[in-house]
Amino acid sequence: MRLFVSEGVPGCLPVLAAAGRARGRAEVLISTVGPEDCVVPFLTRPKVPVLQLDSGNYLFSTSAICRYFFLLSGWEQDDLTNQWLEWEATELQPALSAALQEGEDVLGSVRRALTHIDHSLSRQNCPFLAGETESLADIVLWGALYPLLQDPAYLPEELSALHSWFQTLSTQEPCQRAAETVLKQQGVLALRPYLQKQPQPSPTEGRAVTNEPEEEELATLSEEEIAMAVTAWEKGLESLPPLRPQQNPVLPVAGERNVLITSALPYVNNVPHLGNIIGCVLSADVFARYSRLRQWNTLYLCGTDEYGTATETKALEEGLTPQEICDKYHIIHADIYRWFNISFDIFGRTTTPQQTKITQDIFQQLLKRGFVWQDTVEQLRCEHCARFLADRFVEGMCPFCGYEEARGDQCDKCGKLINAVELKKPQCKVCRSCPVVQSTQHLFLDLPKLEKRLEEWLGRTLPGSDWTPNAQFITRSWLRDGLKPRCITRDLKWGTPVPLEGFEDKVFYVWFDATIGYLSITANYTDQWERWWKNPEQVDLYQFMAKDNVPFHSLVFPCSALGAEDNYTLVSHLIATEYLNYEDGKFSKSRGVGVFGDMAQDTGIPADIWRFYLLYIRPEGQDSAFSWTDLLLKNNSELLNNLGNFINRAGMFVSKFFGGYVPEMVLTPDDQRLLAHVTLELQHYHQLLEKVRIRDALRSILTISRHGNQYIQVNEPWKRIKGSEADRQRAGTVTGLAVNIAALLSVMLQPYMPTVSATIQAQLQLPPPACSILLTNFLCTLPAGHQIGTVSPLFQKLENDQIESLRQRFGGGQLEETFDLKAKTSLKPAVVETVTTARPQQIQALMDEVTKQGNIVRELKAQKADKNEVAAEVAKLLDLKKQLAVAEGKPPEAPKGKKKK
Amino acid sequence: MAAAAELSLLEKSLGLSKGNKYSAQGERQIPVLQTNNGPSLTGLTTIAAHLVKQANKEYLLGSTAEEKAIVQQWLEYRVTQVDGHSSKNDIRTLLKDLNSYLEDKVYLTGYNFTLADILLYYGLHRFIANHDCFVYKKMRIVTGGPHVCL
Repeated sequence: MRLFVSEGVPGCLPVLAAAGRARGRAEVLISTVGPEDCVVPFLTRPKVPVLQLDSGNYLFSTSAICRYFFLLSGWEQDDLTNQWLEWEATELQPALSAALQEGEDVLGSVRRALTHIDHSLSRQNCPFLAGETESLADIVLWGALYPLLQDPAYLPEELSALHSWFQTLSTQEPCQRAAETVLKQQGVLALRPYLQKQPQPSPTEGRAVTNEPEEEELATLSEEEIAMAVTAWEKGLESLPPLRPQQNPVLPVAGERNVLITSALPYVNNVPHLGNIIGCVLSADVFARYSRLRQWNTLYLCGTDEYGTATETKALEEGLTPQEICDKYHIIHADIYRWFNISFDIFGRTTTPQQTKITQDIFQQLLKRGFVWQDTVEQLRCEHCARFLADRFVEGMCPFCGYEEARGDQCDKCGKLINAVELKKPQCKVCRSCPVVQSTQHLFLDLPKLEKRLEEWLGRTLPGSDWTPNAQFITRSWLRDGLKPRCITRDLKWGTPVPLEGFEDKVFYVWFDATIGYLSITANYTDQWERWWKNPEQVDLYQFMAKDNVPFHSLVFPCSALGAEDNYTLVSHLIATEYLNYEDGKFSKSRGVGVFGDMAQDTGIPADIWRFYLLYIRPEGQDSAFSWTDLLLKNNSELLNNLGNFINRAGMFVSKFFGGYVPEMVLTPDDQRLLAHVTLELQHYHQLLEKVRIRDALRSILTISRHGNQYIQVNEPWKRIKGSEADRQRAGTVTGLAVNIAALLSVMLQPYMPTVSATIQAQLQLPPPACSILLTNFLCTLPAGHQIGTVSPLFQKLENDQIESLRQRFGGGQLEETFDLKAKTSLKPAVVETVTTARPQQIQALMDEVTKQGNIVRELKAQKADKNEVAAEVAKLLDLKKQLAVAEGKPPEAPKGKKKK
Repeated sequence: MAAAAELSLLEKSLGLSKGNKYSAQGERQIPVLQTNNGPSLTGLTTIAAHLVKQANKEYLLGSTAEEKAIVQQWLEYRVTQVDGHSSKNDIRTLLKDLNSYLEDKVYLTGYNFTLADILLYYGLHRFIANHDCFVYKKMRIVTGGPHVCL
């Protein structure tokens, strides 16, 4: 039989610890695979560890694999063990994954579980869970708890029975060896990549995370709630505060809520795809629009990130200057966002004099305070071009495989990482002359020195804030690793100049100055920019981004700003999304897969429909996927049949039955209850949006319109209008209430679908203050006698063949399937086989060495260390790999398998 | 179906006459059985396995080590995966996986009917009861065996 394990996957701990039980009874081959490899042919999602039995069947449950090993050793199943294992699977695991992923409240969420184990151990007065000797239940639970408890800080002292049970097991040889194999001495950090990939547990237990609307259970309402809702409703338009006059520029006002919103700056030379759009600009736009509806003083800014190597390379490719490239692409970006109706107050760019001024100022402050130091680095220099060459500007022969056109950082043929100084026959990519190795000075930001300040600031900021769990987690794991000094200069021309003697040919590295772009963009908008950016007491800063951008916003910029000691406004709420996939794959420009911003306009589908669908599937809390079929479904069911149908009917009844005038409303207890339900849902919408749960709040809108449809359906105003006087009055009340719900929906919809919202408001002739302010109560904004305008349908049906042709045009589906197939067949060579009977310790030792050496090399490279030093370490690494290959009986050049989820 | 009702149904099909009383614990209403001769047992699959032994039908837990492990694996699957998921997407994936697993098998362990088949059948029942054509199609193989008329 063959056991598939993977480094850094917690489930492999108990399995490896239990494998020894089978010794002498069966031969277990252990194969190491990637954590994302699909080993079990019938499972859609990757699962490790897995045991492939000699019969060909698979065990893919960690407990079942352990159980099998124990059964082989002659152990017999018993009720108590079954109970522990069931408890582990249904109670402990969910609690643990919540704790390990969220990182927060570790003891809170698993405390009950830990206490349960502790009590059981002390109550039965046994050293082990199911008796006097260590057994299956102990191994499985030990493995489950190890990632958490190996750090003694997480193990509360008062749980002494649990403490000693865990220590006893941890010191036993099989467990120790399992931990070494899986964790590679990195402790819980080794599990991080695995945990980050797991879907976040949903906050409320048992609540499904899904694209589907949930079953709506009507909450029970108290008499008081109903009475309050009715009172608020009756006050109507009077309760609306006056509209705030539009300011230009928008500036913070003392005593008011001042909300500063940034969306991650898109890199200028790429056309953004739908994932980029939902990840930052669109998400931030919804929040900005919501914030304005609340009459908060709101400034929303974004812009293109324009400096850096990629722009220079692109300029070479297109035969333009970097400035021309930026001008060209900045317009493309601006046009796309305009089409998507993004309500920026400013959409600026980073290549401005303000950027230079503010970046240099922050740098000078850091330098003055000793947070920047210089170091010498060996680098290639082109004498002809008279400049040092960044890695991407060198080509040459790969020192490993002899490929002629290897790049300065990596060989495209053999895939190996290269130090530019190691290239044989190096060439300057620009002039083709041969560069020479020379030493040069670079500047480093001393993040370790700033780490303490950062932690203090995070300690003040995080509690009670709305940072998304992934943002908190990523930040905490960087801190747990310890911050490293970072090189902040590059040998480029296209960047912010470094104001220091000897650095005339260098610029700041983009990650140092890109986040400063927010400040300079604001400075280009108003000369009073410091009222936003040096005003942490009055300003609430919300920053939106995809999760890969978190460290720059949560660590790098805050460190620079804290080190500069200039009272900068730091992020209060960091809102990071997960990734949006395209039809179960990734967006890929090179493979022509996916929808890109400029193409969305050519589909004939209106921007608001795109906005709606992207927000409906916003990767909030976990990855999600764009699917054409789902887009069609959501358009036709939610927009057309639910929302559009309700709003259109409500308006049509007013036009057709009441000559366009809102009828008198005499509320019955049923109507009052509906009022209260709508109010409750509206308040829920507010709660969610205040927490920036954008996707969830959209559900509230659809819920209200579903209530509305039901209300019309049950009361049948089209029949009653033909009936008695009382029936006609009833028809009037139902129509009046329905059209007021439609008016409320138009305002709630405004952040999501601004054009549709404006259309509804024009159709209903909603009075201006009611269009621009959203209170927490449901008001009668269309009183009896109000005249509405012409009502017409809001949405169009999407047809199957239309969607099918779009799917074909933009790739996906079939293409992805063949890609999948390829990934699966390439799994075989990825498997590193080791036969446990054949000197596994030696191989294990070599693997450890390779990992360790690999880390050393990466570390050195990251620090831009002396190139000769790096070269020496790389040589060691290659030698180790060769030894390992020989020990494993593999050809030394066996390709590293592609890992695809 | 509540866990207690499911266990009573199981008792009947096992031919156990006396009929236990179950209490429910916590938010998820986990069944608890107070046994005559020992501590109480908690959890659907734990109690189910206990009932099988009570009925002297241990073969329903598998005969070989391999079968036993497979039975327990699918019992775990029932309470973590089948009961844990309610989104259409997850259910779809789950049924697709089950379908492809069962393509060359009569029962979950291969050729022998076990407790895993019974509990998985109960667990999936709620999806079929929805009259979802898609679900039904996918379920044919699971329900195709001769012992499904429980």
